[in-house]
Amino acid sequence: MTRISLKVNGKNEVIDSEPDMPLLYALRNDLRLNGPKFGCGLAQCGACTVLMEGNAIRSCVTPMSAAQNKAVTTLEGLGSTKKMHRVQQAFVDEQAVQCGYCINGMIMTTKALLDKNPKPTDRQIKEALAGNLCRCGTHVRILRAVKRASGQKV
Amino acid sequence: MKTSSITRRQFLKSTGALVVSFNLFPPAGKVFAQVATLPSGDIDPTSLDSWLAITPDGLVTFYTSKVEIGTGTITALAQIVAEELDVPVARIKMDSGDTSRTIEQGSTVGSRSIERAGPQVRQAAAAARQELLKLAAAQLGVAESRLTVVDGVVSVMGDAGKKITYGQLIGGKRFNTKIAATGTGWDMKVAPEVKAKDPKAYKIVGQPVKRFEIPAKVTGEHTYIHDVRVPGMLHGRVVRPPVINTEPVSIERDSIRGIPGVVMIMRQGSFVSVIAKTEWAAIKASRALKVTWSKPTSKVPETPDALFAYLKNTKPARTLKPVGKGNVAAALTQGKKTYQATYRWPFQMHGMIGPSCSIADVRGDKATIWSGPQGPFRTRGTVARLLGLKEQNVRIIYHEASGSYGRMSTDDGAEDAALMSRAAGAPVRVQWSRQDEHGWEPKGPAQLDEVKAAIDGGGKIIAWDFTDYGQPWTASGSTPLLASLQVGLKPTNPGGPNGTQSGGEIYAIANQTILCHHINWHFPEPIPLRTSNLRAPGDVARCFASECFIDEIAADMKVDPVLFRMQHLTANKRGAECLKAAADKARWQIRPSPAPASSGNIARGRGVAMTQRANTYVAIVAEVEVDKTTGQVAVKKLVCSHDCGLIINPDGVMNQVEGNVVQGLSRAMYEEVTFDTNGAVTSLDWATYPILKFPDLPDLEVVLINRPEMNPLGAGEGATIPAAAAIANAIYDAVGVRLREGPFTPKRVLAELKKA
Repeated sequence: MTRISLKVNGKNEVIDSEPDMPLLYALRNDLRLNGPKFGCGLAQCGACTVLMEGNAIRSCVTPMSAAQNKAVTTLEGLGSTKKMHRVQQAFVDEQAVQCGYCINGMIMTTKALLDKNPKPTDRQIKEALAGNLCRCGTHVRILRAVKRASGQKV
Repeated sequence: MKTSSITRRQFLKSTGALVVSFNLFPPAGKVFAQVATLPSGDIDPTSLDSWLAITPDGLVTFYTSKVEIGTGTITALAQIVAEELDVPVARIKMDSGDTSRTIEQGSTVGSRSIERAGPQVRQAAAAARQELLKLAAAQLGVAESRLTVVDGVVSVMGDAGKKITYGQLIGGKRFNTKIAATGTGWDMKVAPEVKAKDPKAYKIVGQPVKRFEIPAKVTGEHTYIHDVRVPGMLHGRVVRPPVINTEPVSIERDSIRGIPGVVMIMRQGSFVSVIAKTEWAAIKASRALKVTWSKPTSKVPETPDALFAYLKNTKPARTLKPVGKGNVAAALTQGKKTYQATYRWPFQMHGMIGPSCSIADVRGDKATIWSGPQGPFRTRGTVARLLGLKEQNVRIIYHEASGSYGRMSTDDGAEDAALMSRAAGAPVRVQWSRQDEHGWEPKGPAQLDEVKAAIDGGGKIIAWDFTDYGQPWTASGSTPLLASLQVGLKPTNPGGPNGTQSGGEIYAIANQTILCHHINWHFPEPIPLRTSNLRAPGDVARCFASECFIDEIAADMKVDPVLFRMQHLTANKRGAECLKAAADKARWQIRPSPAPASSGNIARGRGVAMTQRANTYVAIVAEVEVDKTTGQVAVKKLVCSHDCGLIINPDGVMNQVEGNVVQGLSRAMYEEVTFDTNGAVTSLDWATYPILKFPDLPDLEVVLINRPEMNPLGAGEGATIPAAAAIANAIYDAVGVRLREGPFTPKRVLAELKKA
């Protein structure tokens, strides 16, 4: 066991963890943050995406040892149903959800994209989300939600 | 009517909390003593109180065994309830999928939930409204005919001051009213004698109501099954064998000795699992545990050629004949010209993004299961059989799983958790790895489809002989699931049929036979390549065959493919209108296929295909670009028209249709399950079983056809079906090459181009 200190959604947290345990399990089981989801454990689907130091990363393959002293933002850190982040609100406005299991990854990846590129083109959005799988086929609406969140014409 | 106060309200609140109260179980009849139950202990559908309850503040709770699986069904059902009661939809709370407090209305499958459960909830709500008006008439001292309802407030027409709310009338009290309810499951007829609203007066049905659960889904507040935690819960992981009937020869306990938190290794038959205090310990232990398995002896046809030869040459276990009219054999000999072609479709998977996950708490002769099945009552049955318990002693509490497209008809995770919980004497949560989900989820069966046809001198098809060869569902309601097989339960039948539609039945052909052969997939030993209902079961392959074949005939006759279909849809008004809607939207240019040859490396083409599923009509026009040097196909645009009768929620239907089309596109272009000679799946992740990614997303246009004069039909599957056929027809249009096997990978397209 190692004592890992990190900042999650602006709050300092200390977690006793095995250093090889993926960050995802600390977020979900120790901190009860259910936004990030287990999808593959292989960094192939994007359901577990969180922001670390502002970058979208795959928490299912990021060991706790790599999270030491890092700032992590999860879906919950963006907003809540009472006060949504504009990206979350855009997904509601466009009804860009079916089962929603992938949506955490879509929103977190969009957040990272818009932070770097506030007005992305359709092609740039598609490339940014290329590593995020959606099985329900909500792609068209997700694309519209990202455009809406970026303040561009949908 | 008698009323009596009740105290069950607290129990009826949602279990949506993050931490679920510990073992709510006690037998249903005791907890809900005031709810009418049948002798079995199940909720009595002939009691109006079994369907809905109204609180003093006018909140309506409606109980249904139908579940939200990401398709919007629950919001649509709430719209129907709100409409009949004249209550704002926001005042309807759907309490869904708990076997101890809902009536079995059948699984949420087969595009039938709106079609079948829709009328059930409509009639129950209409019966409640009727009772409320009776109560109001008595309280207000006027005839019922003088009453009107707005937003749950009953008032006297012409005397607006005289009014009373639903909450005041019945809040916190029971109706104590009997209604008629005959039949079971989705065939149940509820209160047919009650007159429901005239559809012309609909104000809520037909509106694009926003889905209830979406805000919580975008903020992490929605409690998926993966997010449920039960106090005292342990974590389990199953160590799966290479094939089902393989036995563990040895289990080396020392191999996981160093992992802190492991509680036990549990084995029953070939079911081996590890149970630990933390999830990470369970994962590490399941990976580290050294199990030596006996040598697999199961054999399956390994290559595609061997597989399709097996399907073709094996005596069917069962044959269904959805269409048999005229004399096909005679007509085939009398035609001016005959045609024949064979099409092949591979095993494909549901591919839930989140793998199976369940929690079980088994105590003595009772079990509580938290899971995300499409059929909670079906899970109740399979778990009860596995554990040897009375069905009513098993309670299923539903929480949404990942979108499942048929996969959660077979709730394997619930069985895993139940076995482990019984062994551990504590609640156990199990979650599958990606490799286990890809490897062990039951697959959509492979299919071989042979079609023969003859045309007369006028170019009309006079004979149609369609034969579908495929496996039935080895994992279904009537056959043991994975853990059950591992502990020794034996299948007693070949499994459920893989559908019978999309074989060309929409066309008016005087002599037509459609046969569906089920080739036994239960070898002497069960194999891991399990089969089950994959969205629009069997229809994608059958439509691929029938709609490409129609195109082949049209091309041979040099007739435009839309016109050729229209000539055979003369007796099918909805089919013809649906096809026209897609063609119009796509600005279809009348000409035969293939398109005039292009000079460059990129050839462009367009194709069309259509079908019906559960009486919902769909047509798709595809536009593609084919790189003649690489065989790479880029789907540029898909246009889909969709007629599912009366539309309850147009935005919900639109969302479903878009999703279906995209999933159909993915299945057409990328998806094929691979397996070895023992029947062990070898495409075990998203790299080896790719699905559509964002950069390959085409433009998508959808036309919804609303038919207010009709009953509502389902939108959960239909638009998946014709995408593959439309794309294959577009590829032919572009390069003059016929693909008779999917998926349409560059390798396969290039091979056909080289043959041409």
